[in-house]
Amino acid sequence: MAITPEEKQRLQKGSRRGIGVVVVVVAVVLILIAAVVLSGVLNPPTTQKITILGAGATFPCPLITKWSSDYSNVSLKYGGKPTQVQVNYNCVGSGAGITQITQKTVDFAGSDAPLKPSERAAAPGLIHVPETIGAVTAAYNVASLSSGLNLTGNVLGEIFLGKITTWNSANISALNPGVTLPSSQITVVHRSDSSGTSFVWTSYLHLENTGWNSSLVGKSINWPVGVGASGNSGVAGKILTTPDSIGYVELAYTVQNSMKVAKIQNPAGNWILPSLASTAAAAASFTNPPTPSGDWGNVSILNTAGATSYPIASLTYLLVYQELNTIGTSMTAQKAQGLVDFLWWAVHDGQSRGAALVYPTLPAGLVTLDEGAIRSITFNGQTLHS
Amino acid sequence: MTFRFDRDTRRRWFDVAMSAAALACVGIAILPLGSILFEASVRGAAAITPSFLTLPAGSGGIANSIQGTLVLIGLTGLVALPVGILTGIYLAEFGRNRIGGAVRFFVDVMTQIPSIVVGIFAYSFVLELGVAGIVSRRLVFSTITAVIALSTIMIPFVARTSEEALRLVTTSTREAALALGIPRYKVILRVVLPSCASALVTGGLLGIARVGGETAPLIMTAFASPDFFTGLDQPIDALPLRVFRFAISPSLADNRAAWGASLILVVMMLGISIASRAVIRLRSVKR
Amino acid sequence: MGKRYIAEDGSPIEPPMHPFRTSRGGAQRRLVATSGDLIFQSLSTIVAFSVLGLLALIAGILFVAAEESVQTFGFGFLGGTVWDPVSQVFGAAPFIYGMLVTSALALVLGVPISLGIAIFLSELAPGWLRTPLTYVVELLAAVPSVVYGLWGIFVLAPVMRVYIEPSVQAILGFLPLFRGNPIGSDVFTAGVILAVMIIPTISSVSREALLAVPDTQREAALSLGATRWETTRFAVLRYARAGIFGAVVLGLGRAVGETMAVTMTIGNRNAIFTSLFDPGQTISSLIANNWLEAGSLELSALIELGLVLMLVSLLINAFARLMVGRVLHVGEGAE
Repeated sequence: MAITPEEKQRLQKGSRRGIGVVVVVVAVVLILIAAVVLSGVLNPPTTQKITILGAGATFPCPLITKWSSDYSNVSLKYGGKPTQVQVNYNCVGSGAGITQITQKTVDFAGSDAPLKPSERAAAPGLIHVPETIGAVTAAYNVASLSSGLNLTGNVLGEIFLGKITTWNSANISALNPGVTLPSSQITVVHRSDSSGTSFVWTSYLHLENTGWNSSLVGKSINWPVGVGASGNSGVAGKILTTPDSIGYVELAYTVQNSMKVAKIQNPAGNWILPSLASTAAAAASFTNPPTPSGDWGNVSILNTAGATSYPIASLTYLLVYQELNTIGTSMTAQKAQGLVDFLWWAVHDGQSRGAALVYPTLPAGLVTLDEGAIRSITFNGQTLHS
Repeated sequence: MTFRFDRDTRRRWFDVAMSAAALACVGIAILPLGSILFEASVRGAAAITPSFLTLPAGSGGIANSIQGTLVLIGLTGLVALPVGILTGIYLAEFGRNRIGGAVRFFVDVMTQIPSIVVGIFAYSFVLELGVAGIVSRRLVFSTITAVIALSTIMIPFVARTSEEALRLVTTSTREAALALGIPRYKVILRVVLPSCASALVTGGLLGIARVGGETAPLIMTAFASPDFFTGLDQPIDALPLRVFRFAISPSLADNRAAWGASLILVVMMLGISIASRAVIRLRSVKR
Repeated sequence: MGKRYIAEDGSPIEPPMHPFRTSRGGAQRRLVATSGDLIFQSLSTIVAFSVLGLLALIAGILFVAAEESVQTFGFGFLGGTVWDPVSQVFGAAPFIYGMLVTSALALVLGVPISLGIAIFLSELAPGWLRTPLTYVVELLAAVPSVVYGLWGIFVLAPVMRVYIEPSVQAILGFLPLFRGNPIGSDVFTAGVILAVMIIPTISSVSREALLAVPDTQREAALSLGATRWETTRFAVLRYARAGIFGAVVLGLGRAVGETMAVTMTIGNRNAIFTSLFDPGQTISSLIANNWLEAGSLELSALIELGLVLMLVSLLINAFARLMVGRVLHVGEGAE
């Protein structure tokens, strides 16, 4: 915006003397702003507020957002004073979460991809606390098809490699006898940001498709074809607005938006629709987890055994420093206590919020593991939860 | 008169055609503006309810985003307006020499820095301070860092508009005041500044409108927040950031909320723009 | 630096003698009569120089942070076509390419329209229509970039995908530039939005350039029997050539730095595209996308890219300044 030539001419002619009106207007505006600011600052002085910052995976974003909102309404007492704990979790992708917790600009991170050895070396002292389980679906937007198209990991790999380009290709019709497939071109949608969901998806494609080699596995790869979108919500949105598209989206988003998802064949040979039940089945057989401070790099619940298990399921982790003073001066004893109490609440009471958002509750074995992890968290050497 | 399709007629028809084309260009430009305002009004109006405007983002409203934007432009204005106007005064009153020319050049350079680069700077600067231990690293995601970024955009802008405003005052005005024996600084403060007050105010308002709509620097500094403003060293929400977050969400409710928030934002920005032009109209001397 | 002592309506003005100097050239004794003067002058000088200090700080921080990337990749960074955080190899070529193509497209679409608006508003419009229409066009600049992006995602992209891009492909599909499957979030849509966003810049500066043409030129042409269009074309436009060219370059500078609207509509694909209907990525959209997740080498590479962007923007604006001289607007629009 700029001043037009006519206005410049007017100004050049001169202005009225006296800046009274202008001063009044400016003063009014500033007073309004001050009022707004103060109204925020002068919140009920009886409740003190603790803010905890988190960043990371969009995979569990709906659930953590619900936790953050519910937990802020839980009345707590710290130091004898009524306190509100506000968890501010920013869903920016697993890669960003790991980067930010490594730089200690946030208090905890979320990631569906476990830490790689290089990431563990860059951030010593980070422990994994699996807080929920989710499923990665193959979601598509084809007007003439209903939900439940049969697809295998091998065929999906071919699609994402750009080798299958139309919906009515032979490989897809072979899996779906009796279904009329359109001849339109497939538009592939993938993540443009560094994503744990991408890691899970590409790990699965690597297992199922020989052409999907290990250089194409990771949070952020060079996608052979397709359009990028940011976050699970971005990919879901892109699929919804692009006809004849297909992409990978976490289950919660597809249910929330009534999207069409594919049935994937699991190792038992059954065609499984992603759902709360089939995701829970996938996690049920997970045994022998590593210790929280150990290496979770080989943990995977892809292709788990079980007749009803959905093959593309994954744990998702909260990453916290075992010794919270690693974060630096912004972490206080009270905030550390608040964080630990929130984590405890999340793996116990918080689990009941999962079903409505299509996240299965943690199996008992993982809850016990998490309790051990939370008990091990210290601040200045003092444990925070007995 | 018989009709002849000769050169003159061709020229006249061409003239009419080109005038029509020019008018069409105006129409083509107005089309997207009309579409944006129309869509924002229609799609956004559905989302704007009293609870939308009073609840924070954690509960589905945008009240904290509106508060955040007001806090950010208030604080940025507080920092950038005095600094920018003083710099403009330097450039207009004391800067008519080679040194002043160099300063003017560098201030111009600053106005052209893309806003995403300003965001990078603010983040890197505060992170360096955090790594050096001077402040907590957490400060990269805070109101202060966002204000640093926005001020860096607004200061050179206001400096240049203030200089242009001060230059509108003729030298004879200054000479007349000096001839009366008024000290120079009083001449500037009491004679020159009030004379161009409307232009100064306009420049300030346009600067505020400019930073109020900025999103790119906020992505990497403000962090957004589900809650109301909690402190200068805490993350803060803002309308443009909220629009961006809602826009890329697949949920239809969020998309409607994005239109609602953008309607509020556009109304605010247009309001400031219209106010600044009204200041010029109302306060310029008609002859 | 030559100064032009001509007012906007063409009449000459006397060169100003700065009232605070007692003589021209030679010894410059400044009027510092009171301590108040000294304080005020020092204050404003200190503030102005600290603004310069801020600029030095910006340059310093960015150059230091980009050091790691510069040393790792050298000049090959500019030509590198791969951006891979996994193998830690970063190259700027796809994004410089994306920036150039989207800006070029924005100019191709936006300049004719802006010129048409400028000509209409300065030559052809009746007086009562001039001011309101000017304000309306200026309003385009008042809309924040993120709102353009929102409109781009939900209104423009579907229209492009369903109506406009297939039509363009039907006519021009033989060119490799228009092949491929139009999906709406692609370079073409981003270019169209950029064109809309730079229209106010180009048209307002062009208008100032056209208004600076003295009426005598127009009168001379009209007296020779030229039609209005001929007058405009031969007498006015030719005279205002430099100013208009500068306006176009200013618009280019604005398009190059644009972030939000582009990020939301361009498709976010980090590769060199061959068709305008492919998704792409520009420097600013890459930085916006990758900033929070970038590890230290990638962060350094992003900052180096930011410096490249800043350099390109400065060069473009310096060039524009040469063309336009004093008919210049301060930087416009919000990202």
